Amino acid sequence: MILEKNVTLIALFAALIAVLGLVPQIMLGFGVPITAQSLGVMLCGTVLGAKRGGLAVLLFVVLVAIGLPLLSGGRGGLGVFSAPSAGFVIGFPVAAFVTGLITEKVRTGNLAIVAGSAAIVGGVVVLYAFGIVGFSIIADKTLGEATVVMGAFIPGDIIKAIIAGALTAALYKARPASVLSRA
Amino acid sequence: MISLTSPVRTRAHDWPAGGKLLALCIASIALFKFSTPLAQLSAISITLVLYALGGRTFLSVGAKRLWVLWPFVVVVGVWHLVTGEIAEGAVILMRMVTSVALANFVTMTTRLTDMMDVLRWLMTPLRLFRIDTSAIEISIAMVIRLVPTLILKGRQIVDAWRARSKSRTNWRVVLPLAIMAIDDADHMAAALKARGGLVARSGRK
Repeated sequence: MILEKNVTLIALFAALIAVLGLVPQIMLGFGVPITAQSLGVMLCGTVLGAKRGGLAVLLFVVLVAIGLPLLSGGRGGLGVFSAPSAGFVIGFPVAAFVTGLITEKVRTGNLAIVAGSAAIVGGVVVLYAFGIVGFSIIADKTLGEATVVMGAFIPGDIIKAIIAGALTAALYKARPASVLSRA
Repeated sequence: MISLTSPVRTRAHDWPAGGKLLALCIASIALFKFSTPLAQLSAISITLVLYALGGRTFLSVGAKRLWVLWPFVVVVGVWHLVTGEIAEGAVILMRMVTSVALANFVTMTTRLTDMMDVLRWLMTPLRLFRIDTSAIEISIAMVIRLVPTLILKGRQIVDAWRARSKSRTNWRVVLPLAIMAIDDADHMAAALKARGGLVARSGRK
């Protein structure tokens, strides 16, 4: 049943990313309405691990590309990949892969801290590298200028990474067999 | 689940999906290659005509879908007003709007099933390497089916929170949602297996 379990987990986590961006009440209430979509990307990595987490996010991105309105605010379609924020969407699967790889490799220490740090490296550092390069190409700005514009969103994503770490540890307690990054 | 295909049928709906995607690739590269104000102005005009040919409703739906670009238009616009490079700014903004509008046009005029066919064709190399792509195809169908279900469960969890707490919902609702997703995955895996499993279904391996 391993193949079936992998496929259903990948599909459900792809759906979870969409839901985290689409249900407006699931916000990170800090005054500013930040959607939890990138939290979903981080969770794919920390829970499913590098390969399966990356595939789940890739599946999500493919569904957005073929025209389903799954991105936060109901965005989707090919226009997403021409917009100045295209780098982030393209970087999503890589971000989940790197997050998962670190969570898998670092076996010692508190899972919340390991997964949270992995999410900061994958879901913030790697993701913003893609996002900033994308913005600099499409808006014709230098990398430095693009970093200044995009930098405003980094603190929010660091908070999401910490939350992803806490959630991963809690999920590991509730369903240890399904936290594949530790299985 | 509602896709972003336009319900208003246009002539472009009958054009082959693969051709539209190829044309979009070429057009997007060309937009970056020819960055003169005149070239960009003609490109944006042609795009406007493409939309206008679809009728008034099609045009207004298309315009609404471009609205998401406004924060970027403001940032880039203000930037170039401050630096005084007005012509460069105009080129960048026109290119941004045109490339997104053209991509949206392809999405709006191509049915999901046609896109799936192109996707299946793009995965041909994988099948040549004897990688079974039927698992990918079934997982796409599963996500489309699961998103509305999971949205419903998300709303139920939020409602349960509201019924019990005065404070606003926060990130903690993600935990039960993720646990539900994991449990559903277990049940669905068992159901798939009970109905012959994925390997048997594809008849290979």
